[in-house]
Amino acid sequence: MSTTIVLEELLISTVAEMLSGLGHVAVGAQSPIPGSAALLARARSGGTLRVSMLGSEAHSPFTDGGRELFDCAAQGRIDAFFLSGGQIDGQANINLVGIGNYPSTKVRFPGSFGSAYLYFLVPRVILFREEHTARVLVPKVDFVSAPGVSDADMRRTGGPHALVTGRCVFYFDTDRQRFRLASVHPGHDSDEIREHTGFDYDTPDTVPETALPNAATLELLRGRVADEVAETYPAFAARVFEAADAA
Amino acid sequence: MSELFTSVEDLANRIPDGAKVALAPDYSGCSMATVRALIARDAKDLHLVGVPSVGFQGDMLIGAGSVATLETAAVTLDEYGPAPRFMAAVKAGVLKVIDGTCPAIHSGLQAAEKGIPFMPVRGILGSDLLEHRDDWITGTDPFSEQEEPLVLVKAIRPDVTLIHAPLADRNGNVWIGVRREMMLMAHAARETLVTAEEIYDGDLLADEARAPGTIPSLYVSALAEAANGAWPVGLFGRYGPDDAHLVDYLERARTDQGFAGYLEEFVYAPQAVK
Repeated sequence: MSTTIVLEELLISTVAEMLSGLGHVAVGAQSPIPGSAALLARARSGGTLRVSMLGSEAHSPFTDGGRELFDCAAQGRIDAFFLSGGQIDGQANINLVGIGNYPSTKVRFPGSFGSAYLYFLVPRVILFREEHTARVLVPKVDFVSAPGVSDADMRRTGGPHALVTGRCVFYFDTDRQRFRLASVHPGHDSDEIREHTGFDYDTPDTVPETALPNAATLELLRGRVADEVAETYPAFAARVFEAADAA
Repeated sequence: MSELFTSVEDLANRIPDGAKVALAPDYSGCSMATVRALIARDAKDLHLVGVPSVGFQGDMLIGAGSVATLETAAVTLDEYGPAPRFMAAVKAGVLKVIDGTCPAIHSGLQAAEKGIPFMPVRGILGSDLLEHRDDWITGTDPFSEQEEPLVLVKAIRPDVTLIHAPLADRNGNVWIGVRREMMLMAHAARETLVTAEEIYDGDLLADEARAPGTIPSLYVSALAEAANGAWPVGLFGRYGPDDAHLVDYLERARTDQGFAGYLEEFVYAPQAVK
């Protein structure tokens, strides 16, 4: 087995750490890295973590159509979910609709999906966006598909937990309503993160490097998890894990 | 055979210009055969409702100029890339988009299915989506002491639900298995039009294992047999998407001219042969 770790493997193991100890993680469509992370966390959980992956026939328990995931979330049956954004701002607002003055957007994104709802109801929402640039991480989103924070008197059981990018990990501080830099991936540094982040955030005095997956994790990832994720994301599994094996 | 059975072309003729049409996403049951027939008959001013999103059906109908309004939580062609004709129509300002979110669409259809005017939905408060919807309002929970705010979404009553299913029996019952969003769509709509991959020789409702995943003919207005009717999109449990074809579509649909050529080859020319 190659000891060279590819970026996707680092991201998967980083996100999987955030799912440790949970009971039920749901993964939306088009999410190969979060999906792999959920399957890795499940493989390490000794059977206590349930994973529900949209788009998968083998790893989805739902039998009541598209609405069931949302009904489950409203009842508190889902502990973690993943969202992304064409734009994400410093208050963890996400924009999945478009850039410019809605509805006459200059750039149109696919749409809000279930974000406006799940962000309120799933306790641990992990924002995942590999592209870490000032055009994605902006001071203020052009359109709020789903707000990061709400007034204190509003009933809200869910919200942002962390933001994972191709360069670093931020945690969201709900009280301060700001992100805090938590770790920087190997090969990157704090100054570079500041340069490529359009919003302001907190930086501790010392910022650790994001932990690499250990040998046992890599073996699990490239074996069982690679096989499981290939059912839903065959092209992704082939590209990432076969490349890792060959490297 | 039930008198509900007809041709794919007739299904398309039963969807009038201006109709509000509910469609399933690419992973569910897409009647691409009827979508091509709708384009061939030059359908106009349709109001599509994605339940809760649309894929190739939406992109093709939009590109063909058949859609005035698109109500959806998203337009997605999954890993194939951004929907080219949808993007072009938004850029040209020729498409009215009613942006929603998945559970609000499901809830609007559930209200219609129950014959009630609206449904409360959690979340959404503070989203800009709410500012742009005149059919969503912020109400309060009448049972809460603090008058807790709650979004109320108006019932969504499609004129037509159009779906493709793996099986239909000769009585017009339609098996959709675990893809039960199509059950909701059929319950909510005034009419449901169905293409079926295959005719089941028996009564789907008499089979205890199949009955819970079967739309009774009570809700079905007309059906047509259409083998491979979801192509080039896949059909759950039957066949996957035609990757090479869809990649080619994405490439051609990037330009008006390329898309026109695609329609000529796969929509108009096959009609002329018939």
